[in-house]
Amino acid sequence: MSDINNNGFSFVKTLLNAWSWLFLALILAFFEIYAQVETGSTFIFRAYNIQSVAVAASQILLLSLGLTLVVVAGHIDLSIAFTTGLAAVAMALTVRLLGDANGWVVFAVAISVGMLAAVVVGLVNGWLVAYLDVPSFIGTLGTYGIARGVALIVAGGATVSIRSEEVRAFGNGDILGIPVPVVMALVLAGACHYLLTYTKFGIYTYALGANRASVERAGVDVKRHLIKLFVLSALTAGIGGLVYTGRFSAGAANAGEPILLYAVAAVFIGGASLTGGQGTIIGTVIGAIIIAVIQFGLVFSGLPPYWQFVAVGLVIVVAVLVDQSRDKFLGGAK
Amino acid sequence: MKPILQVQGLAKRFGAITAVKDVNFDVYPGECVVLAGDNGAGKSTVIKMISGVHLPSEGKIIFDGQDITNSPPETVRNVGIETIYQDLSLADNLDPGLNLYLGREKMKRVFGLPVLDRKAMQADAVEVLKGLGIKVPDPGARVREMSGGQRQSIAIARAIHWEAKLVIMDEPTAALGVPEQREVMALIDRLKQRGVGIILISHNLPDIFAAADRIFVLARGVIGGERRPSETTDEEIVRLMMGATIDT
Repeated sequence: MSDINNNGFSFVKTLLNAWSWLFLALILAFFEIYAQVETGSTFIFRAYNIQSVAVAASQILLLSLGLTLVVVAGHIDLSIAFTTGLAAVAMALTVRLLGDANGWVVFAVAISVGMLAAVVVGLVNGWLVAYLDVPSFIGTLGTYGIARGVALIVAGGATVSIRSEEVRAFGNGDILGIPVPVVMALVLAGACHYLLTYTKFGIYTYALGANRASVERAGVDVKRHLIKLFVLSALTAGIGGLVYTGRFSAGAANAGEPILLYAVAAVFIGGASLTGGQGTIIGTVIGAIIIAVIQFGLVFSGLPPYWQFVAVGLVIVVAVLVDQSRDKFLGGAK
Repeated sequence: MKPILQVQGLAKRFGAITAVKDVNFDVYPGECVVLAGDNGAGKSTVIKMISGVHLPSEGKIIFDGQDITNSPPETVRNVGIETIYQDLSLADNLDPGLNLYLGREKMKRVFGLPVLDRKAMQADAVEVLKGLGIKVPDPGARVREMSGGQRQSIAIARAIHWEAKLVIMDEPTAALGVPEQREVMALIDRLKQRGVGIILISHNLPDIFAAADRIFVLARGVIGGERRPSETTDEEIVRLMMGATIDT
């Protein structure tokens, strides 16, 4: 009797754990059927569509990769929206300042300046949360505003457009036929997955999200660990800004702002929990792809693009409901 | 036999308030010493000074012949004193193996990259728990999915695995059901058989009499008496906990 119960339970458990995969399959099927019926052509098996979805997912993913680490540790980072913008503007301004005479040298300096700007935001976030005990939601909301203001001030309130072959190639080129932004997102996703699943750093991050005392008892410097997490979050978001500048040959302070909701959504759709201690990089990747498919699918179907906000909002609500039922029925098992 | 731990004239003041004063006791290898006392008697203050969380205002703590009076928690743990707090300091979302090794993980190399050796750590956890008479049905399951007694045993397994010579347990049965309380008592016996010294914090009389070799009763920050379970009664221990001062 108890065996049957166990089997029934593990089936529900598997279902709840895999729901994001199922959901992805479902919306892909929906858009495919829609395309077949309406236009008699395919949605999924078209190179252009795959590439568009992949690039859109990459842009979301670059903001949500580091965020996943922070959320697993039981915190949140809202500042990523304008860390992205600040890095994009810093990179563009550097190129403009140095001119385009020494192409790759200028490119390398500009990339470094952009990353540096992002790291500064991450350090401030980490310092606020780790050393001043500011709740991360409030602290990063503060740096969200500060980074936004600074980016707008240094950019003079305008979009900083530049003319650089190297920067253009960085955002629009491809490696073995795969667009550079997608390659960047995949490489960083791989690195973050390794970090979270196979290293001590990852284990301390999970343990921190579950019980801070357990990590402290283990002799881990929790404050330094928190700073590292927020710097990583700022770094991946900053790289998102660099990719943005590459794609559009322009840096804009609000480069990441429209993506913030999607980045946060991707993390929670991917199985993370606001209370910390759970979440995976693979889950976040699926989350980002789901959102990108919804975004692009609606445009492809000719529906008003504003429906994407409604659709993504609904998926977020479903994700939270799934998370709660997991806690309720399965004792919080993964 | 020499005592593994000697506490001499320990006192702790927080500002103008004296939490404990003139605390003297010792623990021998394989002995379970119970620090009994009502809430607020100063039991936690005493163990926090031993484990290095609080600095004593006065007095000395000597462990294995070594003065550890002002040592930080890491040093205290490294010399062989493991403290098991009520919340057990477990990471609920990790498996027993990772909890056993938290902070000192086993690593291996895959394609030259260092990665966690989860399987080896799980196997070690199963082994140590088996030695404690605890069966783990699924070594990969999260600690959260286990019973209170099993969780307690993981915290104790950690102490054994890292070869603690003294284990301090803070009200280990407080949140447990009756069968699990018995399990914990059995675990304490196994620790004693291994020659581990134990300080048990409790105000639960059945636990005190079941586990103790000697009982030190703490009331209002001072030790009101030392007794052996065979030489005392429930009534006397309660009286001492309530603060009646009788010379030892």
